[in-house]
Amino acid sequence: MDDLIVEFLTETNESLDELDLDLVNLEQNPNDKDLLGKIFRLMHTIKGTCGFLSLPRLEKVAHHAENVLGRFRDGDLEVTAEYVTLIFESIDCIKFIVAEIEEQGSEPEGDDSVLIAKLDAAYEGKSLGDDESAAIDDASAAVEAAPAEERTPDIKADTKDDAAEKVTGDNNAQKKSSVPGEVSLEELEAAFAAAEGPADIINPADLQKQEAAPPPPLPAKEEPVAAKKENNKADAKQQSAHGGGTAAQTLRVNVDVLENLMTMVSELVLTRNQLLQILRVNNDSDFSAPLQRLNHVVSDLQEGVMKTRMQPIGNAWSKLPRIIRDLSIELNKKIDLEMHGAETELDRQVLEMIKDPLTHMVRNSGDHGIEGPADRLAAGKPETGRIILEAFHEGGHIIIKISDDGKGLSLDKIKAKIIANGLASADELEEMSTQQIQQFIFKAGFSTAEKVTSVSGRGVGMDVVRNNIEKIGGYIELKSVEGKGSTFIIKIPLTLAIVSALIVEASGERFAIPQLSVRELVMISLQGDNRIEHIKGSPVFRLRNRLLPLISLSDILGLSSEKVLDKIVQQEHQEAMPAEPVAKDVETENPGNAQKAAEDDAKAEPKKSLNGLSAKKKAEAHKNLYIVIAQVGGYEFGIIVDRVFDTEEIVVKPVPKILKNLSLFSGNTILGDGSVIMILDPNGIANTMGEIETTERADHMAEVAAHKSDTSKKTALLLFQVGNQAPKAVPLSLVARLENVDMKSVEYSSGKMMVQYRGTLMPLIPFDSSVKIDTEDDKPVLVFAEQGQSMGLIVDKIVDIMEERVDVQLASNQSGLLGSAIINGKATDVVDVTYFLEKVDSSWFKDHNDSPFGSSMDKNGLSASRAKRRVLLVDDSPFFRNMLTPMLSVAGYEVTTAESPKDALLLCENGLEFDVIISDIEMPEMDGFEFAQRIRADGRWGNIPLLALSSHATPQDIDRGREAGFNGYVAKFDKETLLSTLSKTLFS
Amino acid sequence: MMENALETENLNARDYLIIVIAEQRFGIPVLQVEDVLRQQAITKIPLAAPEIAGSLNLRGRIVTAIDVRKRLGIETNKSAKPPMSVVVEHDHELYSLIIDDVGDVITLDNDGIEKNPGTLDPIWRDISVGIYQMKDELLVIMDVSKLLDAMNA
Repeated sequence: MDDLIVEFLTETNESLDELDLDLVNLEQNPNDKDLLGKIFRLMHTIKGTCGFLSLPRLEKVAHHAENVLGRFRDGDLEVTAEYVTLIFESIDCIKFIVAEIEEQGSEPEGDDSVLIAKLDAAYEGKSLGDDESAAIDDASAAVEAAPAEERTPDIKADTKDDAAEKVTGDNNAQKKSSVPGEVSLEELEAAFAAAEGPADIINPADLQKQEAAPPPPLPAKEEPVAAKKENNKADAKQQSAHGGGTAAQTLRVNVDVLENLMTMVSELVLTRNQLLQILRVNNDSDFSAPLQRLNHVVSDLQEGVMKTRMQPIGNAWSKLPRIIRDLSIELNKKIDLEMHGAETELDRQVLEMIKDPLTHMVRNSGDHGIEGPADRLAAGKPETGRIILEAFHEGGHIIIKISDDGKGLSLDKIKAKIIANGLASADELEEMSTQQIQQFIFKAGFSTAEKVTSVSGRGVGMDVVRNNIEKIGGYIELKSVEGKGSTFIIKIPLTLAIVSALIVEASGERFAIPQLSVRELVMISLQGDNRIEHIKGSPVFRLRNRLLPLISLSDILGLSSEKVLDKIVQQEHQEAMPAEPVAKDVETENPGNAQKAAEDDAKAEPKKSLNGLSAKKKAEAHKNLYIVIAQVGGYEFGIIVDRVFDTEEIVVKPVPKILKNLSLFSGNTILGDGSVIMILDPNGIANTMGEIETTERADHMAEVAAHKSDTSKKTALLLFQVGNQAPKAVPLSLVARLENVDMKSVEYSSGKMMVQYRGTLMPLIPFDSSVKIDTEDDKPVLVFAEQGQSMGLIVDKIVDIMEERVDVQLASNQSGLLGSAIINGKATDVVDVTYFLEKVDSSWFKDHNDSPFGSSMDKNGLSASRAKRRVLLVDDSPFFRNMLTPMLSVAGYEVTTAESPKDALLLCENGLEFDVIISDIEMPEMDGFEFAQRIRADGRWGNIPLLALSSHATPQDIDRGREAGFNGYVAKFDKETLLSTLSKTLFS
Repeated sequence: MMENALETENLNARDYLIIVIAEQRFGIPVLQVEDVLRQQAITKIPLAAPEIAGSLNLRGRIVTAIDVRKRLGIETNKSAKPPMSVVVEHDHELYSLIIDDVGDVITLDNDGIEKNPGTLDPIWRDISVGIYQMKDELLVIMDVSKLLDAMNA
């Protein structure tokens, strides 16, 4: 295709997309001069360019539409609803032709004389009349129906119908074609051909019947009216004058160029990983400094290139208002569409993938969800239904919520349909929870719409939506209350190109599992509390009172001749006899013993060994097994692997076509060490396990989506043991990693314990004096890390991970503890991580001594604050949020957190009230100063005391903070000052 | 004059790389060959077809390795000599054909390629364009896309 035409198409499409949004406003506000001007300019540009590019049909429509719009713009003509529809129709017609040009490279043949006649009538100010306007509606429907129409005969042909039925098919088509519209003759002919062709082949015997039936009447071809070329050159000139007005801050770059750039950056990332891997092996190399620099530059570059691919999600939404508008007219409903977070950015590729599912779901909400006005009033709801579309970032993901206040999913209807389709029996349904039943709407061929409207129910169901979303590594969840409405929550990765993945090993082969679907890792031993159990041969695992189905990676990949799971069963039987401890990780007091046991086993094993695994490997194999707890949608399961390595940023490369049939892999990649590795597809693995049923935890995401946490919510806690004391708990989110550190490798430097960890020195401290550190044993270490610094806390034993509501009931006087709470039915000490961080390195908290306000406060202020005061904590760092939340709640405050000022302002809009707001200063997008100004400017929170929390507290900063509206300024880690300033602020 | 003569000659003649599998010589168009490799570390791909040996990293690109012996229904090589690989591009993807040995590049006149004998093994007939008679032995001209396409099906 001609470059000029391509450019024209791109530009026109962009303008058309933009118009879509505005057009809905036009209806409410038909005489909006700006808007009319905009449409007029578009038509004018199209007309001008068309003449230049010789696209007569498009030019003609645009020309006549321009004439009419010109009169509107000049105010000669009142814009009535009727005319609005006419404008819509013209735009639809233009869109149709443009789409055809894009596909075919040339204008479609066809006739727009009806539309043009109407435009001319409008130009002369005549009313279009009732009949005609009905025809207009039909015509515009015909445009949209065009693809559907093509499909209809196709389906018919498939169903081996006889001639008689085909005639009705033809009649339908004929009826449509008699409607004055923009469907091209070619298209109709193609549709006819499709209807006849396949059936003929299938059933040649029908040929005679076919001939007996009346031949399908072909609509008479009308000569396209020759285009009048008028003043083209002048128009083109004018147009360029228009275009030159705004100096461009943006460049139009071909997507291919960006894609190529991304591929190259991906390669660069891989090479960088390889270099870093080499560097890790040879620690002191001359290359280390430049390599570190390269590392940073590549990271920045990667980020930068990713940004060029980012597009606001609003691009995928722009068509929705129009769709809802058309829908509400067609179905006689009143629907408001609200869109929040349209500026949320995500990767172009992902955006393309979710565009259609989103459109489909919003359509569904409008079509099936929202009731008619009468029904709504009867149900005690406002006449106008609401569909709310929301998007926001969370972690490396985007969450999209589509909610409506319609009638919700009808359980009875779903049940009836399930039974009718034979998906489950009535008895089975009895057993299922509402959640489980609702999940059926994601199954193939499921549609609850009673009648197929032109809008939805065309056989494209939620199963397709779900497939599309899962294809890009996302998942979808549903919450619906009958009578109240439904909410769909979609969680998708920001980008597909580079993902973080967990590297695991099974039968000596390594595989990558995308981190997105990994929920946690469990190490199991054959003895002890956490072990694999079997229900009639099916392995299951008890994880915090939930039963998880298990599969072995080696087994599903066919890597070992003997089933790993069978082996486990056998071993379990063998080991049930001797009472010797086998698993080293459980037994820490008798290291020698465990070692010996493993060795003994190793000696004994070869004789029994059938498949020739080396003795050592075998001993290892049953010593430690790891379960990767994966989650696909609401479904959780465990994957048994032999070993777990690190997580690595990997560049996902598609698998070659030759391997496309392997559903267990989603791609492959090259690791830092240069080896090729397959990326496992958790969805594919889940599918091998048969039916995916949902668990009751499905509304977990809804909680996440609420992105508001307070102390009444559950927190994941890591429980550990020190000496014989009560169990200790620390918020899991604070713990960066758990390591087993060999106490022999501990070194001392300037009197402090250190260990070489990932190429740096990490300070270590024992939890307290009861932790024996002079042993020759591995000790579990909790690694805390923030901003490149890390420290390790030595404990005796890691007990478990629990999700509990932390309600600290007794404050503690002992340093290092916040207080006591009941966790897992036991009195548990909640650990104050700050204490240990400070102990290791007071410079961890910068400007610790600089406490400009309130440092003179006496501690008695604390007790006064015990009345539940509501604190809003705004900090972009999850580390600080997690650290301060328990600390503040121990001090008696009710804490709500927000990860950005924007979120905080959202809470403000939602009408939440707080007694005091603590805000970080350095935050992306909007910093603390701006946040303070915004709050002070806004009435609602205008008088709430505001405390700044920062690691930088220079006098200038403090002054600036005061000016912005902060009441106080506290250094970030100065716990005492923070608490005293808080109480002082609140009670003075 | 000279140039013209060369061009006309090139129309009929093409360069072929000779590869050896189980003593049999095959010719593949040299323009399709991207690289010739010695033995490489190959990552096995579980569940894949038996003739897919695995994948390997060729300067940052992932290449699928094909065990040509298995593909052609010849038993595995028992000789001590490490295998060689020829990397070809097909349909924008790279494949590494694992073979026994690599020979010279020769220029053949396309007119000299004769039709496959009817008695040829069906698998071989499928991947062979024709047979070229060299002085002392016969050369099977291999159609690389057919060799790889059949596996995609």
